[in-house]
Amino acid sequence: MLNRAAPRDPAALPRLALSLLAVALLWPGLSLSELDLGVLLHGDSAATMGHFVAAFWPPEHGREFLELLGRATLETLAIATAGMSLALLVALPAALLASRALSLSAVHRGGRPAWWGALLRWPVRGLLIVLRSVPEIVWALLFVRAVGLGPSAGVLAIAITYAGMLGKVYAEIFESVDPRPARALLGSGSPRLAAFLYGILPNAAAEMLSYTVYRWECAIRASVVMGFVGAGGLGQQIDLSMRMFAGGEVASMLLTFLLLVLLADQLSRLLRERWT
Amino acid sequence: MTLDLSGVGLTHANGQVALRDIDLKIAPGERVAIIGPSGAGKTSLLRLLATALQPAGGRLEVLGADPWRLSAAARQKLRARIGLIHQTPPLPPRQRVVTTVLAGRLGQWSLGKGLLNLLHPLDSAGAAAALARLDLTEKLFEHCDQLSGGQLQRVGIARVLYQAPELILADEPVSAMDPVLAGHTLGVLNEEAARRGIALLASLHAVDLALAHFPRILGVREGRLVFDRPAQALTQAELDALYANEQLQSRPASPPATTPHVLHIPRC
Amino acid sequence: MRRLANVLLPLALLAAVAASFGYLEIDLGALFGTDSLRQMGDYAGSFLHPDLSPAHLQAIGRGALETLAMSAVGTLLAAGLGLLLALPAGGRCGMLAGGAARLLLNALRAIPELVWAALMVLAAGLGPNAGTLALALHTAGVLGRLFAEALENTPSEPAEAVRLAGGGRIAAFCYGTLPGVWPQLLAYSLYRWENNIRMASVLGFVGAGGLGQMLYLSLSLFQQAQASTVILAMLLLVLGVDALSGWSRQRWLWS
Repeated sequence: MLNRAAPRDPAALPRLALSLLAVALLWPGLSLSELDLGVLLHGDSAATMGHFVAAFWPPEHGREFLELLGRATLETLAIATAGMSLALLVALPAALLASRALSLSAVHRGGRPAWWGALLRWPVRGLLIVLRSVPEIVWALLFVRAVGLGPSAGVLAIAITYAGMLGKVYAEIFESVDPRPARALLGSGSPRLAAFLYGILPNAAAEMLSYTVYRWECAIRASVVMGFVGAGGLGQQIDLSMRMFAGGEVASMLLTFLLLVLLADQLSRLLRERWT
Repeated sequence: MTLDLSGVGLTHANGQVALRDIDLKIAPGERVAIIGPSGAGKTSLLRLLATALQPAGGRLEVLGADPWRLSAAARQKLRARIGLIHQTPPLPPRQRVVTTVLAGRLGQWSLGKGLLNLLHPLDSAGAAAALARLDLTEKLFEHCDQLSGGQLQRVGIARVLYQAPELILADEPVSAMDPVLAGHTLGVLNEEAARRGIALLASLHAVDLALAHFPRILGVREGRLVFDRPAQALTQAELDALYANEQLQSRPASPPATTPHVLHIPRC
Repeated sequence: MRRLANVLLPLALLAAVAASFGYLEIDLGALFGTDSLRQMGDYAGSFLHPDLSPAHLQAIGRGALETLAMSAVGTLLAAGLGLLLALPAGGRCGMLAGGAARLLLNALRAIPELVWAALMVLAAGLGPNAGTLALALHTAGVLGRLFAEALENTPSEPAEAVRLAGGGRIAAFCYGTLPGVWPQLLAYSLYRWENNIRMASVLGFVGAGGLGQMLYLSLSLFQQAQASTVILAMLLLVLGVDALSGWSRQRWLWS
């Protein structure tokens, strides 16, 4: 029993190969990412950081600062809301153009649109893909250069990115609801917009609203962050205070940010529950 | 004495009394079967002896020590010397049989050896030998979720054989096997106990298996030890009394398998 | 009552939108007026000729690799830290430690990656190291919460069996719990990695390395030709990751 040869493990070789592969990939990764945890504990920077973090308590709560904070918070909320409304203006028509649900040629082809219809839909879909694939903060950076520092850049950045996301999801929702009512209307000669309003919208509205509210919540998070490239709102103030090593100000702004995100979360849950 | 109990009682967390006033002595090398109707307290008794449950009263000595007077570390050392075979072996479905069997000796291995063994089985010969005694050698490198209930029970037994404990406690070890296999498996357990001179205590649902394989029989009913005598001396009347008006209650179901968690994290 | 709310809510939303534009003092007329549009058009036009010279492409390749490395190493660190925090947060080390771990996880998660990056640039200096740390910290919060949930939903019997056979706590976790949950932990980590590739490409805006830093520099130097190549590279990276993850999800049904 003891002198039996150990059975060969069939998983040994794959495991060894996988480990070697992981090491081979991770090694350049470590050098490229310049990972160095020691820097954090290094004398100088640790002391600076220590002072900075020590100043977090108590959070700044001077009257003047709180007013500034209030204005920045309102600005953040306003950027998100204004950006979303502009995004809706773009997303709705784009979704109508990109969706197969309103294809006239599909009515007498058993639901499959003709090739020319598909060809016309693709540029709109491609545009939506590009709009949402470039991160919103890149758009913000570009708009800061194009229209100057301030909230307009943030509004436009959110409008563009979220138009891409909303447009895609709306188009998918239109295609996922029961197509027969709209096809019946189209077949009896009603115009496309009417077919959409009477045949698709009633079934799709709840899901669209729910997704829009959820995106609005995301827009609030995004608009906070976009301030870091100069697009207004809380982020811009956080950036400024960080540059001045004002720990107390940073602390109260982070707290405000947390509160804002929590509130948006609750509000969005409330709205979505109400509508769905 | 391998086991020495006097006046031991057990109360479950919900206040239900599971065992009362158990007196029992088992010497090394003894092979004992526990029989009794379902819900009589057989599993509770075995879990109590495996130090999984703490008695509510009385004196309990396992392998010469009272486990609940020991420090946590010493109790773990004691547990490494006790092998418990579960009715439905709680084995991770995605673990390989070889790892599952080798896990029997985790109580004796250092932490480093245990972790290393996860990456590459360090003693697959030992695991294969334990499985060979139960005719499962060919399943050595399979995953546990590819095995049937009876095969899983045998893997659980192989794990305890590999652990080489000084006391084997078996809770319905053959309940999912056909009679021939059940007989063979009980034979393996008895042979192991006899060869190493250690005590074996097994609860069994089938009275004929208990009488055929074990020289000493304990009868448990409603949490009490009803009889404790040699298998030959047992009368049919005593057996009938033990199982009188057994209610056809459903056996406790095995723990539900984990439902696959749907990965849904909204992206912002 | 419900009727009234159904009328009032849209009105309130409209009012909120109007108030937003009013508060921001955005003059939509001026923003989309001919002057402004021409200015924007000119600016956009300067992006139409991406710099495709080999030297620049090579720099971009390096930046993309740096972005990938930051996201991979950051996610790996985060998975380790997340698991470490998920153990107490999943209620394995007592109530007090559990509460503290959950609080820490929530705090890590609540602060966005970019804010972490700005903080890490202060603490660890410019460069990809800061970005990696920022991704690791935020992702540790996200993964830690998911891991804790996964651990709570795994049956505890296998680990208890190992404990009953005398095994230590760590051995019981590795032999009893981990085999059941690791596929889920891996799926969560891969999912977050996908997210982090996107994020890593913009962390450079606050100086934390990767493609973002190249874009920020080029735009600051008014090198739109170079910047437009970086944006194209980002677009390709994001689309590539999307396609790959969609394909692998379909292939292995990890969704």
